[in-house]
Amino acid sequence: MDGIHDLGGRAGFGSVNPEPNEPVFHSKWERSVLTMSPALSIAGVLNIDQFRGEIETIPPHDYLMSLYYEHWLHAFEHCGLEAGILDTEELDRRTRYYLENPDMNPPVRSDPALVEIIRHVITQGAEYRRPTGKTPMYRVGDRVRIRPDASPDTHTRRAGYTRGCIGEVVAAHGAYVFPDANAVGDGEQPEHLYTLRFTADALWGSAADPTVVNHIDVFEPYMSPA
Amino acid sequence: MTDYHPAEGTFPRSSEEIAARVKALEAILIEKGLISTDAIDYMSSVYENEVGPQLGAKVVARAWSDPEFKQRLLTDAVGTCRELGVGGLQGEEMKVLENTDTVNNIVVCTLCSCYPWPVLGLPPNWYKYPAYRARAARDPRGVMAEFGYTPGPDVEIRVWDSSAELRYWVLPQRPGGTDGFTEEQLAELVTRDSLIGVTAANAPVGN
Repeated sequence: MDGIHDLGGRAGFGSVNPEPNEPVFHSKWERSVLTMSPALSIAGVLNIDQFRGEIETIPPHDYLMSLYYEHWLHAFEHCGLEAGILDTEELDRRTRYYLENPDMNPPVRSDPALVEIIRHVITQGAEYRRPTGKTPMYRVGDRVRIRPDASPDTHTRRAGYTRGCIGEVVAAHGAYVFPDANAVGDGEQPEHLYTLRFTADALWGSAADPTVVNHIDVFEPYMSPA
Repeated sequence: MTDYHPAEGTFPRSSEEIAARVKALEAILIEKGLISTDAIDYMSSVYENEVGPQLGAKVVARAWSDPEFKQRLLTDAVGTCRELGVGGLQGEEMKVLENTDTVNNIVVCTLCSCYPWPVLGLPPNWYKYPAYRARAARDPRGVMAEFGYTPGPDVEIRVWDSSAELRYWVLPQRPGGTDGFTEEQLAELVTRDSLIGVTAANAPVGN
């Protein structure tokens, strides 16, 4: 999606402004939102590509004006609605309740089995590599062009700043879950993944810093021979 | 009575509004048996206390001390980190990028916030917000300068955009004046920011 999230190379955002001694969590609610990620994934409510795709549909102003974990919250609400486990009216009603009663907290529930599953997820992770019968189209050293066409209205990882640009394949990784398909319920449809190298002038023009070289990981459908 | 505005189209929201919304969602998910209070406490505790940049620092300190470990780390980051009990979620496939006198690496996720959690923990806000994501790909030296780091003009700056599930991180150069340092002493010099690549590792105190 050609959304506001596709930020590589955009001007006007000013300084990076790191926060000194930043805590891991800025509020209690961030801890809940963090944990909703594996919980909802385990429950089959969303996959990581749907999650990212939903965040990308946040209206531009809201995307820029909200806190990071509010993006996660948006994705959980929308994926939950789509999965039929959430109801907007109930969510609104309960939000009103907690706004009017700020000292009240959600019910306490203990689930050691879920804790153990999450422990396993944290220590083992997930695997996105998939077997495929498809022969890779490209090899290390090939010059390729990132397809210049506009992004679909749905999730993709074809970053705007690389569109139409020519780079070199520096690594071929095998096949992985293809985000564009997995995000919209079309299944995993594994595609070959490559690391591409671009000289700065290929991306940013002749005035670019000649000492800079960019790399980005790209799925085969995003590429064409140069 | 407090005014309540629907979530969409009304940003920025107050912290009270967000907290109430999250409580509402949490309550619903708890009642449906999809999340639990102990799971929330457990996961947030892991990333607050156990998994953080000190793990990446430990790996780097070993790499600086043991050349064969370093070579294994550069060719098989996941397997080599497991030797030290490091690995897992958002680090299932990792690639370590070695900084040298002629090459400096910097890592970004321009599209969202992908980050190597097992060695760095959860990313800081600056990494996830627009300014870094926009500038790092195009003006990495400018970003480094904001962190007080200015590699020389003869250094190639390699930017790595974590756009798929490979998680990149940097093996910073070992600072001078550290001969004979123990791994514990070396690890203390390895900052989170040096593992992202926006700065070098710290010089030993007194240098």
